[in-house]
Amino acid sequence: MATTKLDDETLLGMYRLMALLRRFEEKAGQAYGQKKIQGFCHLYIGQEAVAVGAQYALRPDDYMMTGYRDHAHPIARGADPGMIMAELFGRYGGYSKGRGGSMHLIDVEHHFYGGYGIVGGQIPLAAGMAFASKYRGEDRVAICFFGDAAANQGSFHETFNMAAKWKLPVIYVCENNRYGMGTDIARVSGEPEIYKRASAYRMRGEAVDGMDVLKMYDVVKDCADWCRAGKGPVLLEANTYRYRGHSMSDAATYRTKEEVEEERSKNDPIAKLREVLFKKKIATEASLEKLQEEINKACDDAVAFADQSPEPPMEELYGDILVEEGEPDAHPRERVLGAKDVKWPTYPKGDELKVTWDLEPRTESGGNVSALPRKGAA
Amino acid sequence: MPTLNLLQAVNDALRLEMRRDSNVVVLGEDVGKFGGVFRATAGLYEEFGPDRVIDTPLAEGGIIGTAIGMALYGLKPVPEIQFSDFIYPAFDQIVSELSKMRYRSGGQYTAPVVIRTPYGGGIKGGLYHSQSPEALFIHQAGLKVVSPSNPYDAKGLLLSCLRQNDPVLFFEPKRVYRAAKGEVPEGDYEVPLGKCAVLREGTDVTVITYGAMVHEASIAVDQLAEAGTSCELIDLRTLWPLDIEGITASAHKTGRVVIVHEAPRTCGFGAEISALLQERCFTSLCAPIRRVTGFDTPFPYTLDEEYLPLAPRIRRGIEETVSYEA
Repeated sequence: MATTKLDDETLLGMYRLMALLRRFEEKAGQAYGQKKIQGFCHLYIGQEAVAVGAQYALRPDDYMMTGYRDHAHPIARGADPGMIMAELFGRYGGYSKGRGGSMHLIDVEHHFYGGYGIVGGQIPLAAGMAFASKYRGEDRVAICFFGDAAANQGSFHETFNMAAKWKLPVIYVCENNRYGMGTDIARVSGEPEIYKRASAYRMRGEAVDGMDVLKMYDVVKDCADWCRAGKGPVLLEANTYRYRGHSMSDAATYRTKEEVEEERSKNDPIAKLREVLFKKKIATEASLEKLQEEINKACDDAVAFADQSPEPPMEELYGDILVEEGEPDAHPRERVLGAKDVKWPTYPKGDELKVTWDLEPRTESGGNVSALPRKGAA
Repeated sequence: MPTLNLLQAVNDALRLEMRRDSNVVVLGEDVGKFGGVFRATAGLYEEFGPDRVIDTPLAEGGIIGTAIGMALYGLKPVPEIQFSDFIYPAFDQIVSELSKMRYRSGGQYTAPVVIRTPYGGGIKGGLYHSQSPEALFIHQAGLKVVSPSNPYDAKGLLLSCLRQNDPVLFFEPKRVYRAAKGEVPEGDYEVPLGKCAVLREGTDVTVITYGAMVHEASIAVDQLAEAGTSCELIDLRTLWPLDIEGITASAHKTGRVVIVHEAPRTCGFGAEISALLQERCFTSLCAPIRRVTGFDTPFPYTLDEEYLPLAPRIRRGIEETVSYEA
């Protein structure tokens, strides 16, 4: 464990949050088995230290986004577990009114700007947010999580080139859980130590033990300071491990049961922090048991909320796609950022304005096709 | 009122909105110091500086992806894709992320990115500098698609796009960038999105088009007017959301419809307009709805004048539609 001097309350808070994320995911897995959650569902169990260490190292107004394994990050930010669960259930009470489901959570109020279902799709978005932070003279940092497989996408390289050149305040965290779905990352990567790729763009890059929440905290804290000081982007490779399959339908034939058991028994991030709490006499077996009961209750409440939440009404099918001329718009950005709405005068209609076309005159044969192509001829 | 060409009108709109709203930024390949390959952003770098007129690396996916992030943070980014033919590396970002932001967040958020891109043939550009990919983006729910045909509309529509919260594909007809000239008011005005313009009123046939083909259609329509055929010429201006009421009213009135676009015929926007009109105007129609379009081929280098639906072919299409008897 790292040496950071964190106060007792923070350490206990980290433990509580990791335990909450795990319990939440267990309940989500259960609900999937009961067919309350359908389609795709990717659990975060085993990787909790990554999101929690980062969350504690950042400010509440920093911006966060991640890939499709995204239940944990918004809850870590402060999103309501009941609304997250309702979204997984596809219910109207979810964060996106049931439009998104498991892979596309978003909670703007807590500055969680989304899980993204296209692998690596969020990487340039985070650079854009970091650009805007710098442009507005603010010191918010954007943090963007993605999996090891995303590091082989073009967006990774395109974005790093831009982020490095523009010295953007963005922390990229590659959550390397060793497998891109069912393929060992080392089998498909020219440079399997992903953090080393940062050097190609003259970016700071380093590896960190993603199974240790305190080490995660330390390094993200340092990176956030680095970004706020204007030193440019960072690539962190958090080496971590997921205990469950890639998704709920993963037979996990690509790894042995022994490998999973080894990680679970020797490296579990929650068990490691529990030892610290005992050693520092911050908690006892009994107090943690009581805490776990509270967490279990919170997760049961989340499921109950989701169960009771109604299905989205059919009339909402076409909602939230486009706002047409004359329709009211919620101006969501203004709600969050507090911009002003200015009414500008409209000139008289210009349909009568004379337009000339300064093109070379065409011959009559131009466009007068006689021998037409076989298909699609006019 | 000054006379501007379409490029100058675009430039004027960008300059005006950048002076008004410090959240507007322009980004893309060569848009800054160089002023844009067609000069649409000329002078902006000098006035607004490198922070607001941003020269990007050649990476369309990265350009659009970062623009989405900027918009999520409250900026109004106006990325330029140098030729619409180069938009495909960014197609994933546009389709997967940009178009879905309002929907996937249940209305919590939008990404108001206005993507400007020159499109269309007629400049001997061949395969990769001539295409008209607008239908691909209309097919994708969550995007507005706009194409002005003249300077007045170019400025007014672009200003409207910059003042609403949905993502827009703003297709600029590059063949008439400098050729289309007209009076453009100084200062601020808007042309509403989603409203077509009736350029000639007529009773015999409705001709629906947009972009550079408005010019060709107007030649055909004027020639036919001399010969006694009364054509109603409609410039869609906004392709999506489509002004369905506007075109339906005209189709009911004339009973005959010709749709003109440069893009390939199969699954082109004309196919959708045709289907929408026959669903709504079936009993009013006196002739099959006709499409005069580009062909289902890659854009040809040598035969580009033959490929484009220029005035003679449009005229023939109108004549055959008008003379059709069941």
